Amino acid sequence: MGVLDSKVPSGPLAEKWTKHKNEINLVNPANKRLIDIIVVGTGLAGGAAAATLAELGYNVKTFCYQDSPRRAHSIAAQGGINAAKNYQGDGDSPYRLFYDTVKGGDYRSREANVYRLAEESVNIIDQCVAQGVPFAREYGGLLDNRSFGGVLVSRTFYAKGQTGQQLLLGAYSAMNRQINRGKITPYNRHEMMDLVLVDGKARGIIARNLVTGEIERHAAHAVVLATGGYGNVFFLSTNAMGSNVMAAWRAHRKGAFFANPCFTQIHPTCIPVSGDHQSKLTLMSESLRNDGRIWVPKRKEDAEAIRAGKLKPTQLGEEERDYYLERRYPAFGNLVPRDVASRAAKERCDAGYGVNKTGEAVYLDFAAAIQRYGKEKALTSGLKNPDAATITKLGEEVIENKYGNLFQMYEKIVDENPYKTPMMIYPAVHYTMGGLWVDYNLMTTIPGCYSAGEANFSDHGANRLGASALMQGLADGYFVLPYTIGDYLSDDIRTGPISPDTDEFVKAEEEVKARLEKLMSGNGLHSVDHYHKKLGKIMWNKCGMARNEKDLKSAIKEISELRKDFWENVKIPGEINAKNQELEKAGRVADFLELGELFAKDALTRNESCGGHFREEYQTEEGEALRDDKNFTFVSAWEYKGEPKDAVLHKEELKYENIELKTRSYK
Amino acid sequence: MKLFLKIWRQKSAQDNGSMKDYTLDGVEGDMSFLEMLDVLNEELISKGEEPVEFDHDCREGICGMCSLQINGEPHGPDRLVTTCQLHMRKFNDGDTIVIEPFRAKAFPVIKDLVVDRSAFDRIQQAGGYVSVNTSGNTIDANAIPIEKEKADDAFNAATCIGCGACVAACKNASAMLFTSAKVSQYALLPQGRVEATDRVLNMVKQMDLEGFGNCTNTGACEVECPKGISLENIARLNREYLAASIKG
Ligand SMILES: Cc1cc2nc3c(=O)[nH]c(=O)nc-3n(C[C@H](O)[C@H](O)[C@H](O)COP(=O)(O)OP(=O)(O)OC[C@H]3O[C@@H](n4cnc5c(N)ncnc54)[C@H](O)[C@@H]3O)c2cc1C
Ligand code: SF4
Ligand code: FES
Repeated sequence: MGVLDSKVPSGPLAEKWTKHKNEINLVNPANKRLIDIIVVGTGLAGGAAAATLAELGYNVKTFCYQDSPRRAHSIAAQGGINAAKNYQGDGDSPYRLFYDTVKGGDYRSREANVYRLAEESVNIIDQCVAQGVPFAREYGGLLDNRSFGGVLVSRTFYAKGQTGQQLLLGAYSAMNRQINRGKITPYNRHEMMDLVLVDGKARGIIARNLVTGEIERHAAHAVVLATGGYGNVFFLSTNAMGSNVMAAWRAHRKGAFFANPCFTQIHPTCIPVSGDHQSKLTLMSESLRNDGRIWVPKRKEDAEAIRAGKLKPTQLGEEERDYYLERRYPAFGNLVPRDVASRAAKERCDAGYGVNKTGEAVYLDFAAAIQRYGKEKALTSGLKNPDAATITKLGEEVIENKYGNLFQMYEKIVDENPYKTPMMIYPAVHYTMGGLWVDYNLMTTIPGCYSAGEANFSDHGANRLGASALMQGLADGYFVLPYTIGDYLSDDIRTGPISPDTDEFVKAEEEVKARLEKLMSGNGLHSVDHYHKKLGKIMWNKCGMARNEKDLKSAIKEISELRKDFWENVKIPGEINAKNQELEKAGRVADFLELGELFAKDALTRNESCGGHFREEYQTEEGEALRDDKNFTFVSAWEYKGEPKDAVLHKEELKYENIELKTRSYK
Repeated sequence: MKLFLKIWRQKSAQDNGSMKDYTLDGVEGDMSFLEMLDVLNEELISKGEEPVEFDHDCREGICGMCSLQINGEPHGPDRLVTTCQLHMRKFNDGDTIVIEPFRAKAFPVIKDLVVDRSAFDRIQQAGGYVSVNTSGNTIDANAIPIEKEKADDAFNAATCIGCGACVAACKNASAMLFTSAKVSQYALLPQGRVEATDRVLNMVKQMDLEGFGNCTNTGACEVECPKGISLENIARLNREYLAASIKG
């Protein structure tokens, strides 16, 4: 087992979590008042954790870089949240959700964690409804569900295309209740710059007040990092502009192992890149694949004519279209998991069938769904013999009701009406399964430093199923971490307040200041974005949807050279002790430049294809991923040793006691 | 296209600030408004000048961070979009564009185009929640059926992104649309009804304390709101407030 102890409780799978909760140490309510906890991040994971911790009686400080906790990137999640409620009576159960998640993750996640997640999923929906989260409902007044990729049941709860917004505002409201009671003190527009360890335990953070530039010390008995994913290492992604790896990376440098950095999800349905000025990519929710059919022209000449603007997609008949997902994967069709759908799109575009100017787009077509819904609606509204125009109109109304905001978003960006002509989509970086290594209690390898939500690596293996990140964030935050952290804190009831004035804090503060000064003292040749874009290009071209040994090796070299260049030549105007957005960006890019290299190194070490990690050397004749269970059924956890190239690999072997490892098939 | 930009520059909250002129060439229609400012900022940085600071994060119209007053209108000339979703194809070669921060007493400028909207958070803290514990053990989600229409109305109110355009659009700098959206969401749901009386009183009280102006029903907020939050919410808040005041 080496240095990694996953602390998975013994006993049958379905009883582990209950048993663990019964056995762990608790802190009594009076003692909780003596304990301070720092929660960095106010997304679903951090916001939920802060609310429950405060409710249990702990004193909580929250941190986020935005001007309000409500703006964390969870707000942007569109499609929905899974829960094994089985309201549709289609055979769902926690076991099935567990099974789907482990299979979807290509058998690279920890069984016990995933089972706990599936178990807690049902509580999430109850909790959110009690909070006043306005989920979509059916006419009978009960909750509605939709389907997501990689599963054969309908278990996704949603609030139009704004599910993340509604769930986050729920967590934010729960936080507000605790802020009003004085149990949470929010520090907004504050960025965590480093983690402070005292006697080997996480005891606080150094933060920068982003308005004044002031460096502050904050002490606590434990620190929770819920700071989201690191997809922005690719520069272009569906993440918010400020999403970053700084907090996780700073913890990594202080001893927290970083797990599976190369497991990144490239989402199949995003709006294609339009030009060099592009600052971010926009997701078109996976829920659209419930009703949209993905295709490219069957004939290359047609694709060429479309690219040249001489042919319109609507002019091609059914027999001239290649619905390649339905063709290759008849069982799951358009609802195959994301990694499979993304690679299939890339395959068609690389082969010359792409449909936009740059040849990097495929169609997502709603015409069939509009007709189907239109006819159904006409029937239920008692219309006899409706004409074609009426059917289309009714069908478009149904689609608008389901996906209105996404269609509007598409039209604003692309300037085309997706009700009338198929959407163009292409894969884009979306989510990072990798992250800080945590044990069953969500504690990192630093005692007292916990990680929740997208920032940790825990539940999704090598590929995440749609609508499961929101589920994980809320399960971690509301229901898991607040209990497991008690086990650790029960030792701290007599510790008394932690002082932020000890040598450890002073030293950490000095290091942060020195780092900022070093950034400001660059030669001033290129802007931060210049470096970030360059890094993004390397990552996308060499560590993206398909990877190989040669490219990964050259990526490692190029990134390390770019990092050197950055530290010598970055140009940051403005002042260090004032609001300075360029300085904020620079700190984040500096850490991406280290993470990127570790990412490539991790991908190079994993000589197999699994989930989002596709190594060209390891594929079947039909181009499907070739996993190597004999040699790679483990979590790669990297220990920091200075330069990323010196990082040391530790393996957590994954044991499958309840699920048989199989080749993933969606055919 | 080539654009003439007039942008509010202000070093800090203490500074006075003034409009500055910039000329920007090579702007493309496919760029978003914020990408246009990115291009300007890259130019400024290469000249060694300080870039223009503005708030933004998601760049897809949902986080509520972006907040520019463009040619006198919050979020610019397009309807039902935030600044980050506004595209340059809405402008023409040679246009002059005036860019300012959202103006309101309760939203002091922090730097350039960045304002402090923490007053909104404090209004929510005063009552924008249902007092249920989040540690589990509540009733089944389907135990109380909710009429679809009501649930949909509650959802529509709940889509407010807290951007503050309603305040910036209002000649009285009133925060009624924002506050009423939250009051409405909960008023429409059985889970929220339980505390409806205290909620509306407390939230309105906080709103007044923060220095927002009174609502005189001009409706400018609804016109500029990027999420189409309806004036009906203000009417509902007024009814709730009246009922609560009589009770209270
Ligand atoms: C466009 C989009 C759509 C999605 N749709 C879905 C969906 O339909 N269903 C689904 O299940 N998942 C979806 N996801 C994924 C899901 O939204 C995220 O994985 C999840 O919300 C992450 O939540 P989180 O709490 O871990 O982090 P986040 O919500 O990203 O929050 C991170 C927090 O950390 C703070 N922070 C970060 N760094 C620092 C620092 N250094 N100092 C201080 N604070 C810091 C931020 O301010 C923020 O508060 C989507 C993701 C995207 C990008
Ligand atoms: S009501 Fe509209 S304009 Fe006002 S804060 Fe909400 S979304 Fe913005
Ligand atoms: S940047 Fe998020 S709404 Fe505009």
